[in-house]
Amino acid sequence: MSVDLSQFVQAFLEESFEGLDRMESELLGSDILDSAPDEERGGERINTIFRAAHSIKGSAATFGFAAVGEFTHGVETLLDQIRDGRRPLTEEGRALLLEAVDRIRDMLSAARDGTEHDAHGVERTREAIAALLADAPPGPEAAARSAATAAPAPQGAEDAALWRIEFAPHRGLLGTGNDPLRIFAYLRDLGELSVTCDAAELPAVDALAPESCYLRWTLELRGAASEADIREAFEWVAEDCDLAITGAARPEVARADVTPNRAAPPDVTPPDVTPGKPTAAAKPRANDTSVTTRAAAPAAADAAPEATPAAAPAAADEAPVASTTAAPGGADAAAVDRRRKPPVDRRADSSSIRVAVEKIDALVDLVGELVISQAMLETIGGSAEPEDFDAVRVERLRQGLAQLERNMRELQEAVLSVRMIPISFVFSRLPRLVRDLESALAKKVRLVIEGEETELDKGVIEKLVDPLTHIVRNAVDHGIESPAARAAAGKPETGTLKLRARHQGGNIVIDIEDDGAGLDRERLLRKARERGIPVPENPTDRDVWQLIFAPGFSTAEAITDISGRGVGMDVVRQNIESINGRLDIESTAGAGTKLTIRLPLTLAILDGMSVRVGEEIFILPLTAILESLQPRPEQLHSIGGRGRVVRLRGEYLPLVSLSDVFNLPGRSGKAEEGIVVVVESAKDRAALFVDELIAQHQVVIKSLETNYRRVPGISGATIMGDGRVALILDVDALTQIH
Amino acid sequence: MSKILAVDDSASLRQMVCFTLKEAGHDVVEAADGAEALQFARGSAVDLVISDVNMPQMDGITLVRELRGLPEYRFTPILLLTTESADDKKQAGKAAGATGWLVKPFDPETLLSTIKRVLG
Amino acid sequence: MSAAELQHGQLSAENRRELLTFRLGEEEYGIDILSVQEIRRYEAVTRIANTPEFIKGVINMRGTIVPIVDLRIRFALGNVTYDEFTVVVILNVADRVVGIVVDAVSDVIAIDAEALRPAPEFGAHLDTDYLDGLATVDERMVIIVDIEALITTPELGLIDDASSAA
Repeated sequence: MSVDLSQFVQAFLEESFEGLDRMESELLGSDILDSAPDEERGGERINTIFRAAHSIKGSAATFGFAAVGEFTHGVETLLDQIRDGRRPLTEEGRALLLEAVDRIRDMLSAARDGTEHDAHGVERTREAIAALLADAPPGPEAAARSAATAAPAPQGAEDAALWRIEFAPHRGLLGTGNDPLRIFAYLRDLGELSVTCDAAELPAVDALAPESCYLRWTLELRGAASEADIREAFEWVAEDCDLAITGAARPEVARADVTPNRAAPPDVTPPDVTPGKPTAAAKPRANDTSVTTRAAAPAAADAAPEATPAAAPAAADEAPVASTTAAPGGADAAAVDRRRKPPVDRRADSSSIRVAVEKIDALVDLVGELVISQAMLETIGGSAEPEDFDAVRVERLRQGLAQLERNMRELQEAVLSVRMIPISFVFSRLPRLVRDLESALAKKVRLVIEGEETELDKGVIEKLVDPLTHIVRNAVDHGIESPAARAAAGKPETGTLKLRARHQGGNIVIDIEDDGAGLDRERLLRKARERGIPVPENPTDRDVWQLIFAPGFSTAEAITDISGRGVGMDVVRQNIESINGRLDIESTAGAGTKLTIRLPLTLAILDGMSVRVGEEIFILPLTAILESLQPRPEQLHSIGGRGRVVRLRGEYLPLVSLSDVFNLPGRSGKAEEGIVVVVESAKDRAALFVDELIAQHQVVIKSLETNYRRVPGISGATIMGDGRVALILDVDALTQIH
Repeated sequence: MSKILAVDDSASLRQMVCFTLKEAGHDVVEAADGAEALQFARGSAVDLVISDVNMPQMDGITLVRELRGLPEYRFTPILLLTTESADDKKQAGKAAGATGWLVKPFDPETLLSTIKRVLG
Repeated sequence: MSAAELQHGQLSAENRRELLTFRLGEEEYGIDILSVQEIRRYEAVTRIANTPEFIKGVINMRGTIVPIVDLRIRFALGNVTYDEFTVVVILNVADRVVGIVVDAVSDVIAIDAEALRPAPEFGAHLDTDYLDGLATVDERMVIIVDIEALITTPELGLIDDASSAA
């Protein structure tokens, strides 16, 4: 039978990546170093890490990733020693293990994508692990292995050697689930077998323990099998029997030797005992009835299929060979690996989602309730004639509709929750990042993570990875000072970087707060002037902090390897806004900086404010709205007869009339009769002029581009309660219009 | 056709084992760790148990020991999935009452030829 | 049996085209029936700013946002009024759903592809690029439109330049 293993590769990759993530996060646990294996937390961490490595190793070669299996073997050995307390986990060892995690991830991703992995890097890490392993006194296991591998050479030189096997099971052999008959069946596949049974030790029936094995056998095997082949047949019972295997050059002599001693007394009647389990009794009985005489044995041997000599050992040999070929050159083996394996469909990486069974169950329940509600409405109205609708029936109908509405709302929430995954998906990568930054920048940082179980939409989370990584990198690079500078400022040498996620209304709010130097107002302003970035007159702190989001702004004195990766905070902010999020910044000189990301829970739903302009209704994303007010005439000014501004707490904001922007008929009349909504985008702030604020809604975002095209100033559409379409305003674009 | 209980915390390996055994016409029950397997075993007997050694909740060796304590499993063949390096695991498994082992990595053919040694 | 059927009854099936015909002013147009998804009454649209007048706006069709084009305005034909008899033909062409406003839907007819006559230059009304030709049905002239070409033409502005290039 041939089984196509490629069907399991996807599952293997998924669970391996998960295992690697688990290894990484456990390795980064603060209590892991120097903890004895018996200590609760540290010990359990090591066990978890070991299991993950062990699983990857065990499965990798099975699914054709021999190089990964071979590489992981060293990792596993190291972990095993640490787990058993034979070796402490040092800082160096942890770094090496983290490096190894990266290597395995790299190898697996490369295999998945059909690209090259860094073979030299893998080799370096492999050597480092080997060197570390060679450092210590070899564990008992290694010694045992070298002793066990020396298999005795086969004694019979001729092709058809004759082997004599004396097999005396211990009483408890059956208790291991092994059965002498099956061993004989296996031997029959190796050659011509004759079996003699010795029942001399079989006690009288009343003394017989039905689960014990009292028989012993002498077998003769004629065939091309080696002694190792034969030992393999007894491999599983080696400890449960006395076994002697001798090669005999002249079969006749051997046979003569055997016969007198092992004459079987077949006068034992099958014990008629009824133990707890019938099969237990059946075993010994089968043993002495079926193979008691030499006469019976050859017949049994003949009956064995002859076409399969040595097939089983050959198959068993293949596996070790496959794994050792990968050993010498990691690079070569990997290349072979890659040629053999077509790239695995990588879409599954992001297009599949793991959903807790409870969530699915909840959905099923809700659909059940929906069906009930529908049935209820059916009985009320299904076959009713118009004249049947009296007040009572109408009231029942109303109740039914209310119930249906509740069901729908719950169903909607439940369906959306399927897409929700905990933010630990992103947070879990950060300890590693911070740790790497610490060593690269010679800084000391304590990372505190709160609320990692907070859930949000998978789509949002995926888009959050890059911005969050960048913000954290920035905080460590630019925010937190060097230990010396901190000490000089009277702060603890170790800086604290706090990540906190929480739900707030329909949003998720993520704070990234450091206790570093804070933003330097003067330096930011100087930099902005140098780079020609416009700065408002008498800028508030808030205005100054916003400068770091300006395109092309970088505060680093030197573009470091860490932060200078061609991505500025402007891109970070754009990324966050592309998922309808908002990025705010607060900073206090000397005390630190706090960035706050506010995100909708899902990409499909938007918290919006509906506004009326003439006869049209538009939706404004709530996250963009700073405030709304009814302006007094003295707050409004026109500039050069064209543009208008509204003065707000000493600031002048451009007034954008939506009826002008969208050429809507209706009054473009007196501003003081309408409402001004102050909105903020990545680039700017503006005051939108509308006729009326209507209500707050959660709206389902629909694309205009599916059947139409992009529309300037509009980011999408939604369907209102009355079935009409309302357009969602693109605040980013609107603030750019003036 | 035999009824086989396959225990492994690695979903991919478990899938492979189950698929192979099912293709060969066996009836397969899956469990993700020792505890889950034991839970099942308390309620019904099988003809063969194939179990990984390193698993969360309950490891394979403990599972073997627990199973051997159940009357229905006293003689049931139990094979452990081990890796070539784990000689001590093999011995620990044997001591707990395991029938034999299957060395990882293995392919479906090896799996089938190995279970033939205990299912006859 | 209608004249059309008499005329084309004996023709082989593969040469036959089924068309939906509709009126724009005094003229009768035919489009491939396979591109028609449904026919519905005109309902209030949500306007989209700064678009040509013939783009009426978008409607909600069972949760999908569908743009509506008034061909009467586009081709300056017929009386542009919207009442309960105004009809929207919902098309499914080029992987898009688009509604067109016409005066009235007349008929479903079958014609023989060989009976098509090339259309002369039309000038202002309809570019010959998206005309398949002219056919005569019951003594009436039907203008056969390649509706996919018409809907996807950049001139109509229904599709982003980027996506039409892709």
